[in-house]
Amino acid sequence: MKPPRTADVPTSLQRDTALTIFERSVEGRRAAVVPECDVPDTTLSELIPQDLLRETPAELPEVSEPEIVRHYNRISRRNFDLDTGPYPLGSCTMKHNPRLNEKVAALPGHARLHPAQDSKRAQGALELMWNLERSLGELTGLPHVSLQPSAGSHGELAGLLLTRAYHDDRGDERTKVLTPDTAHGTNPATVTMAGYEVVKVATAPDGGVDVDDLRSKADDSVACLMLTNPNTLGIFDRNIREIAGIVHDVGGTLYYDGANLNAIMGWSRPGDMGFDIVHLNLHKSFSQPHGGGGPGAGPIAVSDRIAPFLPVPRIVRTESSNGSGPTFDLEYEGEKSIGRMRGFQGNFGVFVRSYAYIRSLGGDGLREASETAVLNANYLLAKLRAGRAGKHLPLAFGERCMHEFVLTGDPAKRELKVKTLDIAKRLLDYGFHPPTIYFPLLVGEALMFEPTETETRESLDELAEAIDSILAEAEEDPEILTHAPYTTPVRRLDEAAASRKPIVRQAF
Amino acid sequence: MSRYTSVTDADRAAMLAEIGAESAEELFEQIPAEVRLDRALDLPDGMSEQDVFEHLRSLAARNADADSELCFLGAGMYDHYVPALVDAILSRSEFLTPYTPYQPEVSQGGLQAMFEFQTCMSELTALPVSNASMYEGPSSVASAAYLALGAKKGRRKLVVSRGLHPHSRQTLETYARGYDAEVAEVGIEDGLTSAAELASALDEQTAALFVQNPNFLGGVEDLAALADSAHEVGAMAIASVDPMTLGVLRPPGECGIDVAVGEGQPLGGRLDFGGPSFGFFCATEEHIRRMPGRIAGETTDVDGRRGFVLALQTREQHIRREKATHNICTSQALIALGGVLHLVWLGKRGLVELGELMMRRTAYARETLGAIAGVELLHDAPVAREFALRLDAPVQDVLDRCAGDGIAAGYPLGREYPEYENGLLVAITERRTKADIDRLARSLEAAVAASGPKREAAEVAS
Repeated sequence: MKPPRTADVPTSLQRDTALTIFERSVEGRRAAVVPECDVPDTTLSELIPQDLLRETPAELPEVSEPEIVRHYNRISRRNFDLDTGPYPLGSCTMKHNPRLNEKVAALPGHARLHPAQDSKRAQGALELMWNLERSLGELTGLPHVSLQPSAGSHGELAGLLLTRAYHDDRGDERTKVLTPDTAHGTNPATVTMAGYEVVKVATAPDGGVDVDDLRSKADDSVACLMLTNPNTLGIFDRNIREIAGIVHDVGGTLYYDGANLNAIMGWSRPGDMGFDIVHLNLHKSFSQPHGGGGPGAGPIAVSDRIAPFLPVPRIVRTESSNGSGPTFDLEYEGEKSIGRMRGFQGNFGVFVRSYAYIRSLGGDGLREASETAVLNANYLLAKLRAGRAGKHLPLAFGERCMHEFVLTGDPAKRELKVKTLDIAKRLLDYGFHPPTIYFPLLVGEALMFEPTETETRESLDELAEAIDSILAEAEEDPEILTHAPYTTPVRRLDEAAASRKPIVRQAF
Repeated sequence: MSRYTSVTDADRAAMLAEIGAESAEELFEQIPAEVRLDRALDLPDGMSEQDVFEHLRSLAARNADADSELCFLGAGMYDHYVPALVDAILSRSEFLTPYTPYQPEVSQGGLQAMFEFQTCMSELTALPVSNASMYEGPSSVASAAYLALGAKKGRRKLVVSRGLHPHSRQTLETYARGYDAEVAEVGIEDGLTSAAELASALDEQTAALFVQNPNFLGGVEDLAALADSAHEVGAMAIASVDPMTLGVLRPPGECGIDVAVGEGQPLGGRLDFGGPSFGFFCATEEHIRRMPGRIAGETTDVDGRRGFVLALQTREQHIRREKATHNICTSQALIALGGVLHLVWLGKRGLVELGELMMRRTAYARETLGAIAGVELLHDAPVAREFALRLDAPVQDVLDRCAGDGIAAGYPLGREYPEYENGLLVAITERRTKADIDRLARSLEAAVAASGPKREAAEVAS
C-alpha cells in the first residue's frame, strides 16, 4: 500500500506537542530518595568556604519516576531505528546489533570494573583487550594495535600525530597531507587539527585516485596520504599498490580510513595494500550499536616502523615460567610514544561487544559477512537499475560496487524537477531510512546506499520497489515529493532558522 | 550461513542471477590479485551464542569489580548508584540503534534528548551554551585548547595546573604537538594550584589557563580567583569540573570561567573499565560558533510544529571539512542520555542532597582515616568528594593487604606524582556508608601497621 500523499490528517505523533522534561516539571515532585545521612550533619560552610559553595540550585526538573519513564518512552517513539527497518545509510554500516553483546557487556565483571583497578585484579579485561588487539591486527595485516582512540575521527587524529612523531624522529619536517576529493569530512578536519595543510587529489574517471595528479603532488613535503579503500564511491582502487609506491617513494606514510572495512574483511588487508596506519570503527564493521551518535571506538593498527610511537598505556603479555598461564599488564611509558589520546584504557565496553562479535563469527564468518554485504549492495544496485532509477538515478561511477554504491540524482533533478533531498524525504513515508545524501561531494545530487549484510533479499526488494514507486510519483507530480514527508512525527524543519538564531537550551 | 545474516543458497543464486554474476567470488574480482588475501584469516572459528557467553563470562570472572569488593577508587570515575531506569531506557532500540540524526524528521527523540542534555549541562555549569557531548573527559580538555588557540589567535602558550587530572595533562600534551602549542605547568601548594607559580607562568603569550575543580588531589579551588588571573593577561579560563559536585560547589559560569569541560561518567555512567563514558563542553555565548561537535537546536516544521535539528552545522567536519572547528563526528549520544536520565531522576533537590551527603561522608572519612597511626593528610585544603593521604608505608603493599580484605582502598599517586611517593587518593560516593568507611579504616590501619617502616625496622633487627 502506498503511503499518504498529503498531511491533511495529522498522525497521533504529529499531534504530540513535544514537551520537554523541563516543561513537565511540577514543584514538589521527585523520583530519587537519597540515603539518610549516617555521619555528623555538619553545615557545609564549615567544610568549605561559603563563597565556593553554590547558592542557587541548578534548574533540574522535578518529576516522578513514572513520568520520567513515560516521557522518554514517548520521545523514543519519535526516532526511526535499525531494529524497526532498513537503514541503508552509506559509509555508516548499519548492521544488526546482537543482543548477546549487550548481555556480556553488562556483566558486573565488565560494567562494574573500575578503570584504575590494579592490573593484577583486572586480568580478564586485559586479556580480552589483548585478544581483540591480535584479532584486529590479523584482520588489517598490521600487527601493532592500540585500542585507545574513542571513535574514527579520534583514530584519525592519533594516526596523523603518529605520522608527525615518525617524521620528527627522523628529523624530517613535512607540511602536507594528501586527501582524495572523495574523502570523509573528518579526514581534512583532522589534517588541520594535526597541524598539516590539506592537499586534494583528484578522482580519475574510473572512480579511483587520479594517479597522475597524485604523482604531480607527491614530493618530500608530503607527510601522509589518507585514503579509504574501497573508497566512498564503493569502488576498490585497483591501483592501490602503485599509489602506495608513489607515497612511500617520497617518504610519506599511508593512512587507511577504516570506515569501509566491512567490504573486505577476510578478502583483503590494508597492511598488504601498503598502508602504515589504519583506524577501525568498532561501531561500523564490528556491530557496536550506534546509539544515535555514539558511543563508538576507533582502534588503530600500524606497521613496524610506526609501532614505537603508539599511544600509552600499552597492554603487555608475559608468559609464565611455571606453566600457570600468561599474565597481562599495562605499560605506561614508551620512549617514543605520542602519549595519551584520552583517559584510562579506552572504550572498554565497546571492546567487549566487538570481541563478542568477532568470536561469534570467527574468521570465516567475518569473511562471509563481507561477502554478503557486497552481494546485497550489488543486488540492490541491480534491482534499482532495472527500474526507473536506471534512468533517473544512474550509477555515478563504474559498473559494480563493493559494499556500497553512489547514484547521481542529476537526471532526476533535470528531468523530473525533484532533488535528491525530496527523494530522501519521501522515502521516510515509505518506512525506510534514506541513504546518505549529498556525499561524496564530487557526485551531483548524490545518494549513497550501503545495505550491509543484515538486510534480507525481501527487504532489498521492498527498498528498490519503494524507490521505483517514488520515481513514478515524481513522473506524475513532483510536488508529491517536494512536500514530503507527510507521516513523520514532524515534517520538514527550518534548519536555517536554527542556525541563524540558535536556541540550544530550554529557556526558563 | 554466517551469524546474523539471512541469505540462503537459493537467495544467493537468485541474487547473483539478478546481478549477472557467476559467483560471489566474482564480485571481489575488483580487488587485484596481488592484494587479495589468499588464505583464511588466522582467527578462531566462530562459536555458538552460548559458548561466546561462557567465554566472556569466564573472562569477566577474573576481574575484581565494584560489586565484589568495597570500592574507594576514583581519580575521575566514580562508583555512583545508577538508577534502574537508566539501563531500561538506554536499552530501547529507538535510542540504542539509530545513527547520528542526519534525518531530523525521524530523529526527534534523539534530538530532543540532546536538547535536554544541553539544558542540563548548561544549568549545572551556569554557562549558556553546551554541545551534545564529547568522547570523554581528558580529550574534552584537549579540545578546549583547540578552541582557545582559535579564539586567541597569535597566542601559543597553554598554562595548566598540576591539579589537572594527569590523563588530561598528558592528552593535552599529545594534542598540543599537532596544535603547535607550548604547555607550561603550574605546581600545587598545600593541595591547591600555586598562586605564586601561576602569576609567573601567565603572560601575554598565554591563550588559556587550565584548572580542575575539585582538583586531582580532591582540593576545591577558588575558581573565581583563578579565572581573574587568566583574564588579567587576556587569556581564557578553562575548567574541568566534576558534574556530581555541582549541586553544592559554585558553578564555573558564576566564577568567570569561559569554558567548562569534564568527564560525564559520574552521571549515569557505568565504570566499564574506563569507557564508554561521555565528555561535556560548555561555554559562554561568544564561543558558540567555535564549539566542537553536535549541537541540537529548537525550530519549527512547515506546519509550525515544534521540532529539533542539528544546529550550526557549518562548524562541523561534514560541511566545513578542513576549516571545521573540530574533527569530531561520532560522540557519545547514548551515554549522554544516561546522564540526563540520572540528573532528571535526582531532580533539582536530589542533586543538592546527594552532594551534601557526599561532602559530609567525605569529611567523616578524611577525619577517620587521617587519625590512623602512620596515615596523615596530604594537604589541608577543603575537599568535596575525594581526598589525598600520605602513608608511612609502601603504598602498593598497603593496597595489596586491603585488597585481601576485599577493599580497593584508593588510587596510588606515586606513578603520576613522584613527589607523593606513598600518596593515596580516596573517593567517596553515596554508595559508601559510614560502616564501609569504618571498615576501610580498620583495614588500612592494620595494613599500614603491617607494612610500615616499624615492621621493616623490626625485620632488620631480627
